[in-house]
Amino acid sequence: MSGSDQFLDVSIWREQDGDGHFQQFAVPRRDNQTILDVVAWVQQQCDPTLSYRFACRVGMCGSCAMMVNGAPRWTCRTHVQKVAEDNHLQIAPLRNLPVIKDLAVDMDPFFDKWVAADAVFEPSQTRHDPMAPIDPQDPMRVAASEAIECINCAVCYAACDVVAANPDYLGPAALNRSWSLLNDSRDAGQAERLKAVSAEGGCHNCHAQQSCARYCPNELNPTVSISGLKRATAKSVFSWGK
Amino acid sequence: MLTLRLYMAQRLTALIMAPLTIGHLAVMIYAVQGGLSVAEILARTQGSLAWFLFYGSFVLAVSVHAAIGIRVILYEWLGVKGVMLAGLSWSLCALLLGLGGRAVWAVTFAGAGA
Repeated sequence: MSGSDQFLDVSIWREQDGDGHFQQFAVPRRDNQTILDVVAWVQQQCDPTLSYRFACRVGMCGSCAMMVNGAPRWTCRTHVQKVAEDNHLQIAPLRNLPVIKDLAVDMDPFFDKWVAADAVFEPSQTRHDPMAPIDPQDPMRVAASEAIECINCAVCYAACDVVAANPDYLGPAALNRSWSLLNDSRDAGQAERLKAVSAEGGCHNCHAQQSCARYCPNELNPTVSISGLKRATAKSVFSWGK
Repeated sequence: MLTLRLYMAQRLTALIMAPLTIGHLAVMIYAVQGGLSVAEILARTQGSLAWFLFYGSFVLAVSVHAAIGIRVILYEWLGVKGVMLAGLSWSLCALLLGLGGRAVWAVTFAGAGA
């Protein structure tokens, strides 16, 4: 490494009470350094007032997502060497969500939409019933399994241009969850769920641009799930009266 | 801002337009290959209920399909909402229906009695 390569040129978004700007930091470069390591170093060594959110640091909790050089990333599992451009990093709060302070966004609108999409399990049995047999090879179960590894990080929500253009749109994560539940044979709330995802901000607003699939850190494809919801709702139109 | 109703209307009109577009292209190629003059084409379309229904249903489908598509663009790109959004969408639908319907009428029944 040359002298200049030993430090990263890091721009971090600072915001309080709606007034924001980028602040520059020189951060020592380390082997196997993650974006979260960079943010933590700045907070611990330069400015303890820097606000950001993290918990598990191993890619399970979904709380540390931020915009890195313009793209949404899970920062605890994103290596600096993979995303730094000419030794420069620009770190900003997640797109499409209101900023609380600095890099911490308000996740309420994101999770409110999970509720609006009826992405909540509606049990058809009680705890006193025998356990429901689930065949892992069943096509519905296969479809559900492909969508269940979501960690609620909101990377897809930040990547989605439809959310940016249409704030009422429920977004990829909530609709992906609805799709996994629609394929859950134990769930009893399917009619309400189809109604919920067919409303004004529902699945039919998706333009299938697939930014959600491109950036999902767990390599899920919410666009496929949303297409499934479109098919299911369209079929429901022709099954009226049945 | 698409609901299931608008989504279905747009998909079903696309379903109608697809074979009609292929039919239109086939007829155009046939007319050009055969060297039909305008008078000869009009002689075939004037008074024809079949051609009226063929192009009439195409105009109807286009009017609905395009108005819904433009509605999405007006909402997502220009932020048009509420009554204004509905008004502009319906106006575009009516405009396309009016212009297209006038053209279809002109080549089918307008001069049929002349």
